[in-house]
Amino acid sequence: MWKFILKRLVMMIPVLIGVTLLVYMILHFAPGDPAKVILGEQATPEQIEELREQLGLNDPVLVQYANYIINLVQGDMGMSYKTKGPVSDEVFNRFPNTMKLTACAMVLAVAAAVPLGVVAAVRQNTLFDSVSMIVALVGVSMPIFWLGLLLILCFSLKLGWFPSSGSEGWKSIVLPAVALGFNHMASIARTTRSSMLETIRADYIRTVRAKGVAYRKAITKHALKNALIPTITVIGLQIGFMLGGSVLTETVFAWPGVGRLMVDSINGRDIPMVMGCIILVCATFSFVNLIVDLLYAAVDPRIKSQYKSGGKSK
Amino acid sequence: MSDKKNLAVEIKDLVVEFRTDDSVVQAVNGLDLEIEKGKTLGLVGETGAGKTTTGLSILRLIPDPPGKIVSGTVKLNGEDIFAKTEKEMEKVRGNQVSMIFQDPMTSLDPVMTVEEQIAEVVELHENVNHAKAIERAKEMLELVGIPGERGTEYPHQFSGGMKQRVVIAIALACSPGLLIADEPTTALDVTIQAQVLEMMKNLREQYNTSMLMITHDLGIVAEICDTVSIIYAGRIVEHGTLEDVFDYTRHPYTEGLFNSLPDLDHREQRLKPIKGLMPDPSNLPAGCAFCPRCDYAMEICKTQKPKRVYRNEEHYVECHLYNEENIKEGMLNRK
Amino acid sequence: MSKGNNNAATSAKKRGQMYDVWRHLKRNKGAMLGLAIVVLLILMVAFAGIIYDYEDVVIKQDIPNRLQSPSAAHPFGTDEMGRDIMARIFHGARMSLGISVVAVCFSLVVGGILGASAGFFGGTVDMVIMRTMDILLAVPNILLAITIVAALGASNFNLILALTISSVPGFSRIVRGAVLTVRDSEYIEAARAIGAKNGRIILSHVIPNCIGPILVQTTLNVGGTILSTAGLSFLGLGVQAPRPEWGGMLSSGRTYIRDYSYITMFPGCMIMITILSLNLLGDGLRDALDPRLK
Repeated sequence: MWKFILKRLVMMIPVLIGVTLLVYMILHFAPGDPAKVILGEQATPEQIEELREQLGLNDPVLVQYANYIINLVQGDMGMSYKTKGPVSDEVFNRFPNTMKLTACAMVLAVAAAVPLGVVAAVRQNTLFDSVSMIVALVGVSMPIFWLGLLLILCFSLKLGWFPSSGSEGWKSIVLPAVALGFNHMASIARTTRSSMLETIRADYIRTVRAKGVAYRKAITKHALKNALIPTITVIGLQIGFMLGGSVLTETVFAWPGVGRLMVDSINGRDIPMVMGCIILVCATFSFVNLIVDLLYAAVDPRIKSQYKSGGKSK
Repeated sequence: MSDKKNLAVEIKDLVVEFRTDDSVVQAVNGLDLEIEKGKTLGLVGETGAGKTTTGLSILRLIPDPPGKIVSGTVKLNGEDIFAKTEKEMEKVRGNQVSMIFQDPMTSLDPVMTVEEQIAEVVELHENVNHAKAIERAKEMLELVGIPGERGTEYPHQFSGGMKQRVVIAIALACSPGLLIADEPTTALDVTIQAQVLEMMKNLREQYNTSMLMITHDLGIVAEICDTVSIIYAGRIVEHGTLEDVFDYTRHPYTEGLFNSLPDLDHREQRLKPIKGLMPDPSNLPAGCAFCPRCDYAMEICKTQKPKRVYRNEEHYVECHLYNEENIKEGMLNRK
Repeated sequence: MSKGNNNAATSAKKRGQMYDVWRHLKRNKGAMLGLAIVVLLILMVAFAGIIYDYEDVVIKQDIPNRLQSPSAAHPFGTDEMGRDIMARIFHGARMSLGISVVAVCFSLVVGGILGASAGFFGGTVDMVIMRTMDILLAVPNILLAITIVAALGASNFNLILALTISSVPGFSRIVRGAVLTVRDSEYIEAARAIGAKNGRIILSHVIPNCIGPILVQTTLNVGGTILSTAGLSFLGLGVQAPRPEWGGMLSSGRTYIRDYSYITMFPGCMIMITILSLNLLGDGLRDALDPRLK
């Protein structure tokens, strides 16, 4: 197993290089001369030229990229145009907040979605099933920022139960986590239901029942574990959407995370900061996907044995 | 008559329907069936004739909805299973009656080791701890010809034939009185088929198990069965001992089944398949269900259901061609 | 067997399949509701220009009439600039739907070509295309769009470009998958065996068999893209003021949410209803195309 984890970590490297290259290339198109931005309007052309040389801005773009990566590996993400401080300080300062929000939202979503999906499937075509699936459909269709505004309007401005912004105390995380989690709860619940419906009707469940296992136990012991396999895939995908969605949530709730930092930096044209944020989020996403893959192998022996027999999964 | 015999299972006038929004499908339609203890009955018919539904009815595992047992009785060792509670049924399943399903590829839980799956049934019905149950599981594996140490593997690591052996091991783990085998070899290669069949034969003798062999393969019936019931559109149309049905075939449908088989001794002869298809089970004909496909059909067949006519104590047929007088000679000229 | 004869047979089969899908779809109440709303939205987009004049009603500020509650004159009220919200919703539909549909069409074409070539040619072509798509997929969808807009600046063209690029991987994967299943299936082998050429196989077998999943993906993707458009506009990275766009309207109405919640309520509901109806329709199509599930 350890060998496999190591292998997967190594496999992450080309993807990460690809992603950073992609992001670097795209942001390279950003207008404005960094040297000019750093030195301000009054700088003389000589000063600018000097700084450009110093920053390596006159090198070919791939060399610049290589330098960026070399620095990145050492934990250096460059200098912010705005704060003039290291990007990494600011980004890692914000990062725990984003992780806290995403984790809370994910836990909330999974904890609500899996039981909901299972019960809806077991009681297919009952009132419970239809109501929860309508709620799920609405949830999937609800823009995060719109739900966030509604939550603020209802629970913060009207009822005053939770603060509408900031990050002090446990109360302030409730609304953002619900806003971010609801959407994902809905799609996880839908997947759980449909994969559960499929497994309930599977031949092996009939075999299990023919052994004399009670219905309820056949569901909880056999069907659930099988139904969770597609659910885990969806959860993995959802974490990616969630990291993207946290940008919106953090903006709505003024949550001091990486997402909001990114939006602020875009508006302030602070390209190194934007780059730092995006690369950090993508790296997190890749890492989370690795964890999901491992989980997958833990649940599904078919995948596990694939890894054991040389790891030829593709 | 049935009181005299020692019956493992006795089904009387069973009717099972599948109800959907637009139609009612009559899968089983007044079916009678009996198996003596220690004997094997072959239930023979085409796909969709209601064979599997009959098997599932004995376990009361018809998916409901849409399936519904409308009327009839099923007695196991003289006990009416429809009078039992669900809890009591759970004690019957896997213990008194086991079932082997058609497709071994999908019959095993993919995320559970093979020995766990066998041990589960042992633990359920016998008062043993987990370690003992696993031990028994390994013994069962050896019994069906799989090395016990492979028990820790998962189903996907097994071939189709081995999976079916595992399913059989599960079915026999608690030495049930009745084994329902639903086309146990259809999904397997011919060579594997023979092995599995041979094994089932031996195990049946070893455990003195009665067996309901559901199949469409008359070869298997000849190999393994004591009595034969021919099912058509959810009803037994001919029943008798192996000899009765094979050598004194009476029903035109049974005749058709035999004529669909290639005959090695008369290879020049053309096969005579039964024309047409099974009638739509949601819209069965008013008279004899086989009438639209029957070469001997008469006017009466279209409107009236045929009555049962006995040739001897065991052998009967439901067909308008026969009455008490002519049943002995027979009307068909097979091949 | 004549060529014309064969063609007629395939197209009859195709029509039969489409008819079947339609029959299934008609029975699905949710999908029909979704379809009805989608048709209404299309009508809204078509007639927005006739009902409300863009320059005069949608853009022009009318400060004396700002922040008026819904009334007969302004069914949805007026916003912080005194503009009629209903008019802006109608024209916003043009913006949201227009941008999304264009972006999805582009990504369908690009993703379709990439996916089809990856699936059909296999080997190195497949490897290069799919690894590139993997890299694009490693960036969360909206983030990729944000990156592109951040670099190129916020404009409708850049927005469409960004949305297109972020949808391409999804389409190429689906088309590649469909092509692979079809390519390896026995009836293609059969078609090859009777001497059909590559082009002919693609036209008469591969494409008709990909239509189902692509149709579903397109429907659901239009919804997703509308969501992204609104999200980007909400962040100030999409459609720029004073042009009306639902996400942008929500964003500018935020400040007034405590006392004038209707400013945000209407565009918010519109986004939700639109996505909901597209999801209903998409789900319905999927069920209709794959009756096994129901």
